[in-house]
Order: sequence, then C-alpha cells, then structure tokens
Amino acid sequence: MGGPDKPGQDGLKGGTLDRPLPSVSAETACAHCSLPAPAGKRFCCPGCEAAYGIIQGLGLGRYYQQRLLDISARALRPEPAERWDLARHVTTRPDGGFELTLAVDGLQCGACVWLIESVLAKQPDILAGRVNMTTRRLHLAWRGVPADADGLVAVIEALGYRLVPFDMTALNAARDQKGRMLLRCLAVAGFAACNVMLMSVAIWAGESGIIGPATVALLHWVSALIAMPAVAYAGRPFFGSAFAALRQGRTNMDVPISIGVLLVTGVSLVQTIQRGPDTYFDSAVTLLFFLLIGRVLDHRARGRARATAEQLLTLRMTDVAVLEPDGTVRRRGQEQVAEGDRILVASGERIGVDGVVESGAASLDASLVTGESLPVAAEPGAPVFAGSLNLGATLTVRATATGGSTLLAECVRLIEAAETRRGRFVVLTDRVARRYAPTVHVCALGTFLWWFFVAGVPAGQALLTATSVLIITCPCALALAVPAVQVIATGRLFRGGMLLKSPTALERLADVDTVVFDKTGTLTEPLLALAECRDAEALAEAAAMAACSRHPLARSLVSAAGRVAPASDVTEHPGQGLSRMTEAGEIRLGSRAFCGGFDDAAAGPELWLSRPGLPPVRFGFDERLRADAVQTVDRLRAMGLKLALLSGDRPAQVARIAGALGIEDWRPGCSPVDKVALIEAMGAEGRRVLMVGDGLNDSPALAAASVSASPSTAADVSQTVADLVFQGAKLGPVALAMRTARRSRSVMRQNLMLSIGYNVLVVPLAVCGWVTPWLAAAAMSGSSLLVMANSLRLHGRTDA
Amino acid sequence: MTILLFLLAVSLLIAALGLAAFLWSLKTGQYDDLDGAANRILFDDD
Repeated sequence: MGGPDKPGQDGLKGGTLDRPLPSVSAETACAHCSLPAPAGKRFCCPGCEAAYGIIQGLGLGRYYQQRLLDISARALRPEPAERWDLARHVTTRPDGGFELTLAVDGLQCGACVWLIESVLAKQPDILAGRVNMTTRRLHLAWRGVPADADGLVAVIEALGYRLVPFDMTALNAARDQKGRMLLRCLAVAGFAACNVMLMSVAIWAGESGIIGPATVALLHWVSALIAMPAVAYAGRPFFGSAFAALRQGRTNMDVPISIGVLLVTGVSLVQTIQRGPDTYFDSAVTLLFFLLIGRVLDHRARGRARATAEQLLTLRMTDVAVLEPDGTVRRRGQEQVAEGDRILVASGERIGVDGVVESGAASLDASLVTGESLPVAAEPGAPVFAGSLNLGATLTVRATATGGSTLLAECVRLIEAAETRRGRFVVLTDRVARRYAPTVHVCALGTFLWWFFVAGVPAGQALLTATSVLIITCPCALALAVPAVQVIATGRLFRGGMLLKSPTALERLADVDTVVFDKTGTLTEPLLALAECRDAEALAEAAAMAACSRHPLARSLVSAAGRVAPASDVTEHPGQGLSRMTEAGEIRLGSRAFCGGFDDAAAGPELWLSRPGLPPVRFGFDERLRADAVQTVDRLRAMGLKLALLSGDRPAQVARIAGALGIEDWRPGCSPVDKVALIEAMGAEGRRVLMVGDGLNDSPALAAASVSASPSTAADVSQTVADLVFQGAKLGPVALAMRTARRSRSVMRQNLMLSIGYNVLVVPLAVCGWVTPWLAAAAMSGSSLLVMANSLRLHGRTDA
Repeated sequence: MTILLFLLAVSLLIAALGLAAFLWSLKTGQYDDLDGAANRILFDDD
C-alpha cells in the first residue's frame, strides 16, 4: 500500500499528499508530518502541533513507529475542515444508539486505520468505530445524542483526515447485495459441482461393470438430489436476466445458458426416474460454477473501480451555510436551498448554488465551471455559479437559481439530450448470442426430429441425443470469453490509474478512431507553472508566504519552490494578496497594484513580491502541459487515431498548446453547445469519438461522444458522465486505455472464434449420438480452460 | 455396499459444513474489507 503511483491515493485531494517527499534532517522536520518546520520549532504549523498533542495525550505515540511499516506514508498536515450538517446523515440503531458512515480521505496504510480506530476507542460513549480500508469508509456508532457526531468527527479531522458524510444510496446498497448473492450462488454451485462430480466419476469408472445397476441408480438419485436444488438456487442470476431479456423481446447470452441448464437438468431427472444409463447433472452444475466464477470476478473488478469513483465524488459534495432571516447560520443540503436565500461562503469553500454576490469581495476559482484557469474577481452584484471555489474572504451570496434553472441543471439537460442520441450500444456477446442461440436450438431440434422420424428411435432416446447437442454447444466458453478478458483488462487499467465505470466502455473504446481533447485541466496541469523567476531567494520567501493561501497562483508558487515551511503571521487581503509584518517592514505578495509593481509590459498571470528596501520581483506563470502529454499524444497518433482540440479558451493559448502537441485540428472559443455540435458532426461522418475533458462545460460533450474520459480532478458532473476516470498527474492512462481496449477486443474475438470453432468440431459427434456424459464434461471444461488461458495472455503483456 | 451409504452421507455432511461456514463468513461481513484485514494482522493490540 501507499506507493505514490497507487490509484485511489494520489488523485485524492485534501491533506498534503501532493507535496514531494521530504528528505530533511530531524532537527528541521515537523514532529508530526515530517515536512520542514521553521527553524527552532518542532512543528510546521499549529494544526500539526494539535494533532501531535491529541495523539500523545491519548498515549498513542506508537503511531509514529507504526507508520514506519510503510516508508512512503506520512502523517497528514491538518487543514481547516469544512463544517457539515451531520445530523441529516445520522441514523438510529435498533438498540437506541446512533450510527453514521463517512468517506475518509487521507488513508495511506494500516497505521492510519490503527490510529483512527484507537483514537475513537478512547472517546466516551463510542460503540463502534471501524474503518473499512477497501472502500475507505468509516463506520461510527455511539450512545447519547445524534449531535455527538460532531465531536467524534472533529477529533479525527484534527488528525488531518477529511471526513465526508456518506449517503448509503439505494443503488449502492443494491449493488453490494448483488455481489453477495453472486458469491452465495458461487459457493452453492461449487459445493454441488464437487459432490456431483464425485458421483459421476464413480459412475463412469463403473461403466466397465464393477458396480451394479442398483448402485448406479442410487448414485444418480443422490446426484439429482444435490443438483436440482443447486441449479434452482445458483441459476437465479441467469434465469432472471434471461427472463427479463425475453420479456422485452430480446435475447442475450443468458437465454441459451438458461435453456441449456434447465433442459439438461430436466432430461437427466427423467433419465434417473426411468433408470436410464446416462445423466448430465454434473455438466449442469459445473457449467453454472464456471459461469459464476466469471460473473463474480467481473462484478468485483468493476465494483471496486466504481466505488473509488464514488469516493472521489463524495469527497467533493458540499453542504451550504444558509443565513436565516433571524441572523443565525444553518447548514443545509444543496437541495434544500430556496431561491432568495442568503448563503455564506467561507474562504476555501465551494459555492453550492448559482447566485449574485451581495456583500464581500473575493476571487473565485471557477475553473471547474468555465474551464478558465485564472481566478475571477467577485464583487457585490457579480453573478457566481455553483462549483466555484472561494479563494478570498467570506462572501454573502443570494441564491438566484435553484433546481432546474441553474447552470448545472442546464448542463444536465444537455447531457440527457446527448445521451438519448447516443443510442443503445449492443455488447459483443449479445450480438453473438443473437445468432448463436437460434442456430444451436435449431440444430438440437433438427437432431431430435432426424432421430425420431428418420432413424425411428424412441422419443426419449432422440431427446437425450438432442440434449447432448445442447450440452456440447452450451456457451460455457462463449460466456467466459468476454468477461474473462474484461476482468483482466479492468484490473490492468485500475493498476494503471484508470477507472472503468461503464461495462461497455472497453468495447466502445476499441472502436474509437478520433480523440477530442479539452485543453485546460486535461492536456494542461490543473495548476499553472512558474515560468519566470529571476531571484531564487525571493522565490523561497514568497513561497513561504504563499503556503498560507489556497489561491491557485500561490499553490503553483509553492509547488515550484519545492519544500518550504509556511511563514507565520500572514494576513490575506481578498482579491489583492498576502502581507506579513517583519522587523524591517511589511512584505507583500500579490497583484501588481497591491505590491507596487512597475509595468514591464509582461503579460499573463503573475504575482509580485515587494520587500522593504528592495525592488518588487515579478513571478510570471504559464499553463504547463501535463508531464507526459506530448508522449501520450504521439502514442495515440501512432495508433492511427485522429486528434482534435476543442477549447473555450483564447485563440493564442489554444494555438500554443496545439502547436506544442502537433495537433492540427483545433478550435478556440467553443461554448458547451459548440462542442456538442462539433462532436455530433463527427459522429454523423461515421467517426467514433473519444472525448477527454474535465470541466462542467465539457460534460455535455462527454455525453455526446461515443466514449468519454475525465481526470479525477474534473468537475463532479463530468466524472459522473465519463465512462473512464483517470487519476494522478499524468495523461498516460488514456493511451494505456486505448491500447488495452484494442488488445482486449482482439483477445475477445480470438476467444469467440476458439469457442465457436470448438463447437463446430464437436457438434457433429453429438448429432451422431456419440457423446457420453464424461465426454461432454471433458469437452466443456477443456474449452473453458482454453478460453481462460488465452485471456491470461493479456495479463502477461505489461509493456504499456 | 451399506458402507457406501454411510460414506456418501459423511462426505456430503462434511462438504455441507464447509459450505455453511463459507456462507456464515460471507454473511458476517468477513469479505467486506480484504485490504484492511491484510493490515490488521500487523497491529499488536487488537
């Protein structure tokens, strides 16, 4: 756990995980988080001091040794936490206690789990405080009153972890239940398969005459008694899906599976009652067992990817602080805010509604909404949009649009319209099943008719032969062909930092011939890069002050300076900059006007530093391409994909980025509607488009494209719409996903060819009536193993 | 051949016990946090 490139960690915000690993000596390192501390002090900030105090005070100092188990894990530096209306999420337990589930951000290794659980265990009235490391959720239960939750959460937040109340949505609960149901079915099928096969081997061994007919009948009966309940229980996932498909007048892979399993079980039962020589109970249950393995693996791989994506979304959810007419502040869910309500937006908080600024002045980071990388100034009367981040002082905003009239809702409408047009995609296996099922069933029917009418054998005998055709052609290998590949591909992408959200995304991705990129935050890094700095000493001084601010330029400055200890006594002047008093005078960091910078005709985003007695120093910033953007774009081009760049930004900026990447097809100044129109025009030309974008303004375009990807830093809506979400600072996962998708498609096709070819070879044997139960069992297992082995080849190639 | 009846019953019983144990462990949530379980064995005190 805990490597810097592990998905699920580096993409998460909060704490200070994105800082470089410190390698400073013990004297200057903070005793809590190991980041550099100001000279002569033990801690880098008051938050760390408080966290250290809590840990030592509870006698849990062993945490600092415990976390050495994983060298890359560090304690988090506590940051001001958001306030939540926790009471809304608290539920009552049957025993009178209360419980709450929260998403935890900042978990790095087992030591974090130990620390959180140990701290909670020392709180009064706690009944349970357990962290699930797989889903990164904390489950709390306590006696007392619901409001105790605030205290419990505050103590964990003081340690530097971020906690966000987690609504156990109906969807989430249903999926978990489905996973458990599949596992139970798998267990039952496995139990039945082992035991029935035990009987069958005895029967086959007895064919030479060692055991008498009475014993064979006994073994058949025992097999029937085990197999029939097992088929009824473990077959439900297939029967349910097949029935649903048939009712809609469609057919899918589960239809031939269900018919095959039921018919085989029925005929075998008849044979058992009539004391016939052959039964196929073993084939029926082994088939279910194999198929369920595929289903369970598939469900796990995708469930995990989706849980991670959900975690990311939950961590961004915000409550809204509503200023009541009587002057009190209450925190409410976004959906409970009415038009005309006055909302308080604290520094560092995301605005939850569309509105107009009533009082206060601040700069807003609207990059998630508009894609504009620089903060905009918000003064009384200025409109603001849900999703913007307040970088300055507290604002009062009057909500102007709620429900269906927000910019957000407008985008959602565009998305829905685009998704309807996208149409329903038919997965490969279902396309095959559409032809395969009728062919097989006609073949079996033909066999029955031929033996019964032409060859003149008794109806029972003819039916048995027809059943053996169904068993031999039973789509075991066919049904494993695609899931096996998908499981391996999903796992590989997960390790590569790409979360596959949609089950059909892999197949749609393989068909893509055009990749359309957004610029800001997608091709470029979310933070601007320091482009101009003439004075290293000034940079260090400026970065120390900047470490106290959440302004994007300040954060860029800090990341450019590397390790810095934040300066103390820094005052933030909203919309202007930061200042700090020293013995020599006031040091200022901020806008040109604030710092008295002189006009040197330099353009673009900038920060100035003014120090007493020294001329002001300018720091120029520029958009920087993601580290591997050029490589990734080259790789995509080498795969024969057409590339395009659609951006809402100014032509000069777009041209520069397009030039650096060698993308010829680029358009600046696109509105969300323009983007959708352009992508749909491409679709009309018959091109399959992969859209990669991050802003709220990209989300309709993401929905309009035939498949879409978003970085995990993207707006919530974009991540919800996108089929794939990639984590970390690199663009490489996009190329990895394309490559994996294409390989997966070719392996899937090979698998389908293998299993169909296999059937073509053995069907004549079955039609002729030469297939015995043991031959059927061997054929089925053989073809399944062949398909699995072929799929594993995908696993072996790790060069991407 | 009565030994066969006895052995069949015994083997089925043992297998059924295994199945029941698995279903029980599934129901009590022991498969819900595999990553956590891997780390918890390293804690000394709980």
